[in-house]
Parts: sequence; structure tokens; C-alpha cells
Amino acid sequence: MEVMIILVPLALALGLAGLVGFLWSLKSGQYEDLEGAAWRAIADDDEPAPAQPEAAPGRP
Amino acid sequence: MHVTRDFSHYVKDLGAGLKHIDLAVEGVSCAGCMAKIERGLSALPDVTLARVNLTDRRVALEWKQGTLDPAKFIDRLAELGYKAYPFEKASAEATEAEESRFLLRCLGVAAFATMNVMMLSVPVWSGNVSDMLPEQRDFFHWLSAVIALPAVAYAGQPFFRSAWRALKSGNVNMDVPICIGVILALGMSLVETFHHAEHAYFDAAIMLLTFLLVGRYLDQNMRRRTRAVAGNLAALKAETATKFIGADEISEVPVAAIRAGDLVLLRPGERCAVDGVVVEGRSEIDQSLITGETLYVPAEQGTAVYAGSLNISGTLRVRVSAAAEGTLLAEITRLLDNALQARSRYMRLADRASRLYAPVVHATAALTVLGWVLAGASWHDAIVTGIAVLIITCPCALGLAIPTVQTVASGAMFKSGVLLNAGDAIERLAEAEHVIFDKTGTLTLPELEVVNAADIPADVFALAGQLALSSHHPVAAAVAQAAKARSPLMGAVEEPGQGVRAVVDGVEIRLGRPAFCGAEALAVQNANLDPEASVVAFRRGSDTFLFSVRQGLRPDAAKIVAGLQRRGIKVEILSGDREAAVAAAAKALGIDEWRASVTPADKIARIEELKRAGVKVMMVGDGMNDAPSLAAAHVSMSPISAAHLSQATADLVFLGRPLAPVLAAVDYARKALHLMRQNLWLAVGYNVLAVPLAISGLVTPLIAAAAMSGSSILVMLNALRARKVAGEAVSWK
Repeated sequence: MEVMIILVPLALALGLAGLVGFLWSLKSGQYEDLEGAAWRAIADDDEPAPAQPEAAPGRP
Repeated sequence: MHVTRDFSHYVKDLGAGLKHIDLAVEGVSCAGCMAKIERGLSALPDVTLARVNLTDRRVALEWKQGTLDPAKFIDRLAELGYKAYPFEKASAEATEAEESRFLLRCLGVAAFATMNVMMLSVPVWSGNVSDMLPEQRDFFHWLSAVIALPAVAYAGQPFFRSAWRALKSGNVNMDVPICIGVILALGMSLVETFHHAEHAYFDAAIMLLTFLLVGRYLDQNMRRRTRAVAGNLAALKAETATKFIGADEISEVPVAAIRAGDLVLLRPGERCAVDGVVVEGRSEIDQSLITGETLYVPAEQGTAVYAGSLNISGTLRVRVSAAAEGTLLAEITRLLDNALQARSRYMRLADRASRLYAPVVHATAALTVLGWVLAGASWHDAIVTGIAVLIITCPCALGLAIPTVQTVASGAMFKSGVLLNAGDAIERLAEAEHVIFDKTGTLTLPELEVVNAADIPADVFALAGQLALSSHHPVAAAVAQAAKARSPLMGAVEEPGQGVRAVVDGVEIRLGRPAFCGAEALAVQNANLDPEASVVAFRRGSDTFLFSVRQGLRPDAAKIVAGLQRRGIKVEILSGDREAAVAAAAKALGIDEWRASVTPADKIARIEELKRAGVKVMMVGDGMNDAPSLAAAHVSMSPISAAHLSQATADLVFLGRPLAPVLAAVDYARKALHLMRQNLWLAVGYNVLAVPLAISGLVTPLIAAAAMSGSSILVMLNALRARKVAGEAVSWK
């Protein structure tokens, strides 16, 4: 059962990492436009994409 | 005179030489549109960001401060084929969006905590029936506590706040039993863990919050989304006024930037966007949006004009007035306030359910404790069993029962062209048993149409349509539209207040007043036939023709009225228009009950009369004169073309030309209410099964978790049925 000393903290750390990841994605505005995100994923890339900063949708 | 467009009101300064503007865009629906708009706008020099939000149908733009005029973006979008207009977030919308984000954050925290606590609980459940050491179990319980307590403290905030607000004002809502259940569950689990007991309910408490937050978030997101759509529609109406910025210089500014005392120009064919008094000019105005009266009113120096009036023939200069006491608008606003106050007393189904629910649950838990003590159990065991009753009855499915149905039903309504303004509108709409329609703009279309098109030779009609393109007069615009004219005639001359004339192949043609075209005899003849129609005459050489123009009924009005009647709903017309006009419409639609020439106060009186008789009234109207009665009715609906005030007051807004969305909304609402009730019964039924187990002390955390998720999933699946209604398929497009 000594293995728990490694596994339990590891599991908790992974869970925490998931939560932090979710909060980050929320904060960077990735849930503001779910419909658009769905379409962007399948948009054609053959035309040269315009220069676009990798920022969140414009918020003041 | 030179016209400029001034959008500086909407531009935000981001600092560091960057400017920002939000535009509402019409017709963006796919990836292609998105790429086209973003590329098209990014190609403009100095633009640093152009990003489409497809959910809200908006574009966010940022550019380097300098020579770039925001009007350029709108022109560019128009070139690309999209109508756009700057957009200012109403503060209500910003609050809703912030609340929505907060709920999602809470949901994230609760969901991750649930997953981790579950990961610890499952080994305990299986270990309890096999070989787990008590020390290991305690360790897992303590770990669960470390995760669950802070998570509940954070993710429970929406519930704690709402319950506290209710308790402070002496009420009980659904959140009170939720909070009591969660807090007691956590407290008991801590004590039990401390005493090395076998069962702890950390998992149940945090899972309950997760499920409930799903319901809350869905509810909030629906509200946020309708508000965003409503905001876009308001922005795309592009209410501007032409303001004098110098003696002879005018600028097109958004209505929000107009102040009392400003001087604005009102050209023929324009709708007035402000309240004011005419200081110069002579014209006729159409006040049908305000009073329901379709006859034109003469306007000259000193005539008061209201927002929503349509200027017909001449150019007017209007001095903007502050809304003074005793004006039509002030009077309507006062009636509106009274009516809205009365309606806020409506109690939602969920509130009624929780008012019954909370006392029953708490009494059951208290009786369980007492019962076990009397039966000889220790206080400790009795209290643990009592708390188990509270946990198992915690209204998890109950909290999901209504928001899930509402979300699904509002999505379905949205697809059939109905927007919800009020959260409880679905419930109230489902109860409607008497519909009162306004005539002008509601049963009829707001635009004019040519009624005698069949009597006029096709070549004449086409020529008249081309000539009509050169006129600003709304009646002429209707002729141009009916003729589907595209290319205006060269050299057409407009004579203000008279009509337009041009020379084609050496023959003079004229379109305008009957006198202008020498067609008085035809006009008199037509006036006898159809007294309500407006006429416009056309002359080619020596031949004269007369176009009879009026507001036509919505294409499917008769079918929809019949549909409502088939569903056992009584239909009635209350209109501010003349008797002849209302009688004709009522006859065409098969409506027996109608009244003409009614004032806003009369409309309210009629609604109150029906209310006293216990009838649930739905009001459908568009005019500003309808706004108070929209507020007074049990539930109300407005077309999207309605006056601002009415649209803001109505519970539902419908899009498009047909009346079909009204019927669709009724069908969806009835189905939704049925499902809400069914869901409540499902939730109650689950309690009936689970509570005896809890009272007898047989409930373990495993059973609590299984029962809770099982009933929640059942309720959510049932809610999905709100997507479809039986019966005829209706479309608004």
C-alpha cells in the first residue's frame, strides 16, 4: 500500500492541473464563442490567413 | 449640405494609440462568412484585430488611432454583403455575461472537485465490503474533506447568496433547503470522519452542487443569449438622427448621442427617432406606430412628433424636447410602470414548488430524528439518519426540472422565430386562453403593399415602379417594391409634396398625388370603393392609372387565427384604428370580437375586465400605444418591427413576416409547461421511493450518489423532448 503515497498525490495533482487548465481557458475567453470555435476548426486553410494576434476576442 | 456619419459615441479608447469598436452584424452564419469578414476587415490598413463572434453575431475591431473612420468598417462590410451597425452593450447584458462566466467558473470548480472526491469515494465503497483498513478509510475521508470543503465554499456561492437574500426578506426559495442540506451533510461528514465512522457524504454534497450548477448555468446562458440577440436587433435598427451641427451642416449621429434642445432634420420617408416639436417645414406624418391610426396627420410648425412617426411628404426641422410631463410618452410610461408592478407578483412554478417543498422536507427530517429517538436509538444515530433524509431529498432533480426544459424549449422557439424576453414567459404563455391582437403592424404588415396590382397593365406597372424609385414618399416606395423595380429613370424630377415626373421616349410620365397627374376622377371612384387605402396616381401621356396602397394582412394571419381558435384560445382585436378598417380585418380573419378607436387606457380596461373574470390574457401588439396593455396582460408578444418601448415590454418578440411564430410559441410553451410539470412529478416520485429508505436508516453514500445522478439524468433526458411539438410544422422565413 506504500504505492498510495505516490499515487494519491499524483492523482490529486493531475486533478488540480485539469482545474487550473479549465480556469485558464475560461479566463482567456475560449467559451465566449462556442459556435464560432466549432466552425473555425474545420475552416479551410488554403487561402493565406490574415495576420491575427493570438489574443482573446477583443475586450477592453 | 454635406452629411457625415459620426460613430465616435461607440468607439472605445484602449490606450497605447489603439481604438476598439463592437459591431452587430446581420447574416453571419457559417465559417465562410467568418473568414470573409475577418479577411476583408483585416485587409484595411491600420486594423490590428478583426474577430467574429458567431454565437452573438458580432465583430470586435481594433485599429491604430489615426485617420481611419469607423464608418469605413460599415461600408466595407456592406461591400462584403453584410449589414452592420455599431453596438453598445447595455449594462444589463454586461451583468448577465459576467454572471454567466461566474457560474461557469463555479461549475468548473464543482465538477473537478466531484471527480476527485468520487475517485476517493469509490475505493471506500468497495473497501467497506472487502478488506479496507479503517486507517486507510479515514485517510481517504480526510482527503475528500480537504477537496470538498473549499470547493463547496467557492462553488456554493450562488446558492448561499440567493438563500440568504430570500431569508432576509422573509421568504423561502429552492436554495434554502439546498444550502441547509449541503451544510449539514458536510458538517455531519466531518464529525463522522473525526469519529472514524464508516460513512461520509462529501461526495453527495459536492455532486449535488455540480448538478444544480448545470441547471443554473443553462438558465443563465439562455437569458444571456436572448439578451445578446435582442441587443443586436436593437443595434441593427440603426436608429440615427440627422442632427444640425451648424446652421447648414448636418451629421448623422446615433440616437443615443442626441440631447434635448438639439435640432434634427426629418426627410420624407424617414422615421423620427426622437420626441420633438416641428420648428420649420410642412408635411404629413404617419403616427400608426404610436396611435394605431393609419390616416396621415398634417404636420407644420408647432406640431409635436414622437419617436416612431413616419414622415411622408415634406422635409421637417424638429427641435428635440425633453420628455415633459403630460406628453403622450410620459403618459404611456406612467401606465406602463403601474402595469409592470402588478405583473411582478406572478409566482413561478419553481417558486411555488419550493414553497411547498421546503417545509415538507424539513418536517420529515425532524420527525425522523424524533421517531428514532422515541424508538430508542441514540441521539447520534438519530441525527445521522435525519441528515441522510435531508441529503436524499435535496432537490437535485427538482433544481434541474425547470431550467433544462426552459433551455431546450427556448432553443426550439428561437429556431421558429421567437425570442424570449422574460424568464418566466414560457409558463405564462402556456396558460394563455384569450389572445388580444392589435391590428396595425401586428395582424397587418408594417410595410405598405399595392392591392390592385392585377388591374394595371404590366408595362405600366414596371414603368411606374422605375419612376417611383426617384421618390422618397413611402407610398411610392411601396409601388417600386411591388413592381420589383431596380433601375431608376434618368432625369426624374421630384416636386416636393406633389410627385415625380420624367420624360421617356418623348412622353411625359408622372407619379404622385391624383391632382398632380390629373386623375381626380379615378381617385374619387376609388375612395368610394376602398375608403382606407392610400392612393398614388400615374400618368403616361394622356392615360391615367391609380395604385391603391394599404397595409396588407400578414400572409398566414387567417390560418394562424384559426389555429389559435382550434386550440381553444379566444381571439379578439383591439385597435386604435378606424372602425371600417378594423371591421374589414376582423371579417377577413374570422374574428367575431373586435373594437375600434380604442385608447391605451381602454385597452387596459378591457384586459382588467377579462382578468377579473379569471381569464389569462395574451396581448400581441406593436405600437407604442400597446406598450401599457402589453405590460398589463398575463403574457405579451411583439413583432420585431414594433416600437422600442413595446418591444422592451413584451415577454416574447417574434421575427419575420408571417404570424406563424405566435402559434408556434403557444405550442412550444404548452409542451414545455407539460414537461416541467412532468419533471417535477418525476423528481417527487424519486423522493417517494428514496425517502422511506432514508428514514429507515438504510441509505449509504453509494445509494445517495446513485439516486441523485439517476434522477438528474432522467429529468434532463425528459427535458430534451421539449424540442419537438406535435402538429403542423411552422416556419417564419
